[in-house]
Amino acid sequence: MMARLLKNREMLLVVAIVALVGMIALRFPGFVVPANLANVYNDTSILIILALGQMAVILTRCIDLSMAANLALCGMVAGLINVAMPGLPIPVVILVAMLLGAFLGSINGLLVWKLDIPPIVVTLGTLTIYRGMIFLLTNGQWINAHQMSDAFKAFPRTALLGFPVLSWLSLVMIAIMFVVMSRTPLGRAFFAVGGNPHAAVYTGIDVGRTRFFAYCLSGTLSGLAGYLWVSRYAVAYVDIAAGFELDIIAACVIGGISIAGGIGSVAGAVLGAVFLGVIKNALPVINISPFAQMAISGTVIIIAVVVNARAERRKGRVILKKAEAV
Amino acid sequence: MAHAEMTARHIPDRLQGRGARMLKSWESLLLVVAVAIFLANSFASPYFLDPWNLSDATFNFTEKAMIAFAMALVIISGEIDLSVASIIALASTAMGYAVQLGFDTPMLVAIGLGTGLLCGTVNGLLVTGLGLPSIVVTIGTMSLFRGLSFVILGDKAFTGYPESFAWFGQGYVWWVFSFEFCLFLALALVYGVLLHKTNFGRTVFAIGNNQTAALFSGVRVGRVKFILFLLTGLMAGIASICLTSRLGSTRPSIALGWELEVVTMVVLGGVNILGGSGTIPGVVLAALIMGMVTFGFGLLNVPGIVMSIFIGLLLISVIALPILYTRLRRRLHA
Repeated sequence: MMARLLKNREMLLVVAIVALVGMIALRFPGFVVPANLANVYNDTSILIILALGQMAVILTRCIDLSMAANLALCGMVAGLINVAMPGLPIPVVILVAMLLGAFLGSINGLLVWKLDIPPIVVTLGTLTIYRGMIFLLTNGQWINAHQMSDAFKAFPRTALLGFPVLSWLSLVMIAIMFVVMSRTPLGRAFFAVGGNPHAAVYTGIDVGRTRFFAYCLSGTLSGLAGYLWVSRYAVAYVDIAAGFELDIIAACVIGGISIAGGIGSVAGAVLGAVFLGVIKNALPVINISPFAQMAISGTVIIIAVVVNARAERRKGRVILKKAEAV
Repeated sequence: MAHAEMTARHIPDRLQGRGARMLKSWESLLLVVAVAIFLANSFASPYFLDPWNLSDATFNFTEKAMIAFAMALVIISGEIDLSVASIIALASTAMGYAVQLGFDTPMLVAIGLGTGLLCGTVNGLLVTGLGLPSIVVTIGTMSLFRGLSFVILGDKAFTGYPESFAWFGQGYVWWVFSFEFCLFLALALVYGVLLHKTNFGRTVFAIGNNQTAALFSGVRVGRVKFILFLLTGLMAGIASICLTSRLGSTRPSIALGWELEVVTMVVLGGVNILGGSGTIPGVVLAALIMGMVTFGFGLLNVPGIVMSIFIGLLLISVIALPILYTRLRRRLHA
């Protein structure tokens, strides 16, 4: 029983997170106060939302390097709309950000689907294009806190049943993604396309279109995250979330989502993001310099990859043992 | 009879095809783009054709191109190394640390190269020893290596490099030709020969095309890949020496984001990101194009970020064009 539980990736992550939090609590009991844990979760919410989108893309054997740039562009547009029309209701702003995100994601999807350009090349190209667009829109200007309307800034912080809206939104997204992945044909198609594209074609799944939808999904979530990022930190500029795309992929990898496609779960993506979030929030508490953070998260990623690779090793018929090993 | 016919038809075809193939090749497409940008630049700004300006402009691409040569081999073999920019940072930090201890230039160079090789060894061991996907391994080591530079440096910068060390990034070998540019040409030659004229190069292509088949035909796949990761580490070390010497200081944020630019350069050069095909002349041309775009836009006071839009569009369209072209032709023939 215990052995089987430990073999389960999600369970392993839960154990790792609990152990991590426990170790921190031994020295700093203040860390495990419910209020602080809620803060840690709130801090991680944006990463969770993004990891969910990246998960769908990675499941179909693709990768989306443009998520952070997409986030920055949508966030900037949300900010510009707010500056131009302070009276516009926030839900409308969010909707516009998500639609723009979906549109940017669909460009990635179309290039991958219709032109068969490798996903890593497409998103590498659109990554630089989307970031450049922000500059063209704003001429490098920042949007500062005092230019944004109070409603715009307050929305993610507003407490609802004791939790900020930001946390609730991430929970809602987790719930939606859980239903999509486990209860809809689209969710099954994500797994099928990544697991074996050829077999997927024979079962009547359009591989290209499924990948297109995965990119639309990751784009939509990037758009949402863009508004949340800008309103939460109350600032928008060209370089927001620069380099964050690799954090998102790291969260997925830690969460056991196979970079080769077809293997992964919503719980894994969420736990991977939470694991990174706990580390990020705990380092200052246990007096480790913020400069060490990158080194530590790098080590964590490598360990996670090593652990994942163990679990992923295929059990198919192996003719030559060494052929598998390379 | 049938055989004779086939060869009869094939021989003239190949003779005719040689020129036509060269005209249709990726490299000639890049050459056209490069010449177009060169002409556009020389018309756009009167300062472009100044030999000293042109020579300075080479710094825009030489360091990245050195890494791109090794990266091309890694990508042709079907792997990727995203940690190169972080290796530059760590090697630069190590050299900066050595300067504080009072070491002189030869020792600094050795430390720079050694750090690069060491980082390459770590990547190589993780990828080939444990059989892990290189894209995630090097995302991990990317954070790790740069993180280590942050740990060592904090928010400080190392300066005080000896005067003789400055030569690597600022010295001129022959009139206007900088040491870096000559090194770039020499490395282009070395990698061109290594990839296209040696057995080792052939095995790299073989691995990229079909790793299992390569293994069965006696290629030591793991060892070749390990050597390739050593090479990217070594090249990052060399680039780090040049860059550090040119800037005269080390900061942990040195060469930030270069990994994607190097990959862009390689892919723009016609190397298939999925492995199996690509040429060094293509990478050289891509490096020249990216360098000229940066330089030309700089002369016109266009901000760097707008240049990145152009590079992104260039990357996607250069790859999309041949695909669209074949599709259009097929439709016309059908």
